[in-house]
Amino acid sequence: MKKAFSCVWLGVVLLLTYIPILIIAVYSFTDASMVGGNIHGFSFENYANLFKNEELRAMIIGTVLLAIGSAFLATVLATLGAIGAHYSKRTPKLLLNTANQIPVVNADVVTGFSVCVLMIILLGIGKDTFVPLVIGHVVLCAPFVYLSIIPKLKQLDNNLYEAALDLGATPAQALFKVILPQLIPGILSGFMLAVTLSLDDYFITTYTKPSTFDTISTYVVNATRGSQTEVKTALWALSTVIFLIVVAVVIVMNVMSVKKSGRKTNEKVA
Amino acid sequence: MKVKLRFSRSQLCIPYAAFLILFVIAPLLVIVYYAFTNGQGHFTFDNFINFFSNTNTIGTLLYSMLLAITATLICLIIAYPTAYILARSGFKKQHVLLLLFILPMWINFTLRITALKEVLSVIEGNISLHPFLNSVIGMTYDFLPFMILPLYTSFLKLDKSLLEAASDLGANKFFVFLNVTLPLSVPAIVSGITMVLLPSMTNYVVLDMLYNSTFIMGSLIGSYFSAKDWHNGSMISLILLIIIFIVTIVTNRFSDKDTDARRTVL
Repeated sequence: MKKAFSCVWLGVVLLLTYIPILIIAVYSFTDASMVGGNIHGFSFENYANLFKNEELRAMIIGTVLLAIGSAFLATVLATLGAIGAHYSKRTPKLLLNTANQIPVVNADVVTGFSVCVLMIILLGIGKDTFVPLVIGHVVLCAPFVYLSIIPKLKQLDNNLYEAALDLGATPAQALFKVILPQLIPGILSGFMLAVTLSLDDYFITTYTKPSTFDTISTYVVNATRGSQTEVKTALWALSTVIFLIVVAVVIVMNVMSVKKSGRKTNEKVA
Repeated sequence: MKVKLRFSRSQLCIPYAAFLILFVIAPLLVIVYYAFTNGQGHFTFDNFINFFSNTNTIGTLLYSMLLAITATLICLIIAYPTAYILARSGFKKQHVLLLLFILPMWINFTLRITALKEVLSVIEGNISLHPFLNSVIGMTYDFLPFMILPLYTSFLKLDKSLLEAASDLGANKFFVFLNVTLPLSVPAIVSGITMVLLPSMTNYVVLDMLYNSTFIMGSLIGSYFSAKDWHNGSMISLILLIIIFIVTIVTNRFSDKDTDARRTVL
């Protein structure tokens, strides 16, 4: 009885979560121009448009490049920052942790607006240079990378670094060959998080982007204001493609982690 | 001649520290400066008075609080049992099930809200007739995973021996929940609330996309941005910052207790 209730509850929540996404996915394969509208037949037109339409293609590529670029910058900065902070004295560490927390708790609207006012209005850096946009995205992502590396640093065995120095490694070698490799899981998950944050962002992008550049978020919001049916239905296809990519990534990561933990237990047994 | 690079490990944080000062702290100081000056650069309280003497902007503040609190409560009501069942019902492949619940988080939110809008228009016909309801649904749909995640982790960490001790001492299931499980999940509830409350006060895109033309705090910034009114926009940002600051101070008291407890256990 209790188990039945549990299953029903989870089922209903899952259903509500996925109904919109799945309905859009189904409609993206038809020639209907609106959900609930007449379906005359099965069609790949929307998917073809996604690749044929110059504007859409440029927007998708731009979004992905921006996400990977700013996630990379954020990861480099935040990794060095986290390592440095971990070995700093109490006060600088506390200051850095606090400053790092500001963009995390701050509303994206405020972060975006403040970066815009400083860089574009006060310093006069042109939006067309992409500098405010990239910096805005790094501000958004880097603190989360920092937060995903700090716990890994706390687990480090300090003796290993000392041992490397005793065995004749320079501090730089010890850093790159002893400390960094142990941080890789944290760095990778931080990087992934940074990519997803940048892909999902709307506010920082609108306040700092060049007027001719669009990411998926800003493009979708503009498209819903307009009434171009062709674009609207192509976006259904985009939504479905992203959904499938996310599902694939989740499955791959799961299989990998299962394999890894399997190998670990094998090693232990051996 | 070879220049030998000498550095101590703590110096590695200099670039990041400089970055944070330049692009996180400096923008906030600029916001404060702009909030208290006018177009000629003179010091003024006008922007402050503009906000608090105008019934429209006060109404916006109240409306966004009402919307955010409603959405947060509904998220909590849905997420609490969900996280509890996920973590404690002993399903096989528990974490795969959890992934199903938080997976939508990784799909661009504007695309998800578009999908929601299509479904709502089929159900309601004209969606602009129920602006508040739709906005609450939109915010809940957008932010539910952020509420489920902290609750799930906290239920997973819950020490089972405490629950057994309570029932051994004669508490029935309801009492165990009320006196052990619920108090122990308070830090997670609080962190879930902060994850949902602040975004729902400011994420005006959800309202725009669902044809709710009422302003929330975020929309004010958006409209001042379009009007290039940096001074009033900065004042709204400053007010939001103060709200965020207060919420953070209040919630930190709960989470501090949590870390203290963990420290004593260790």
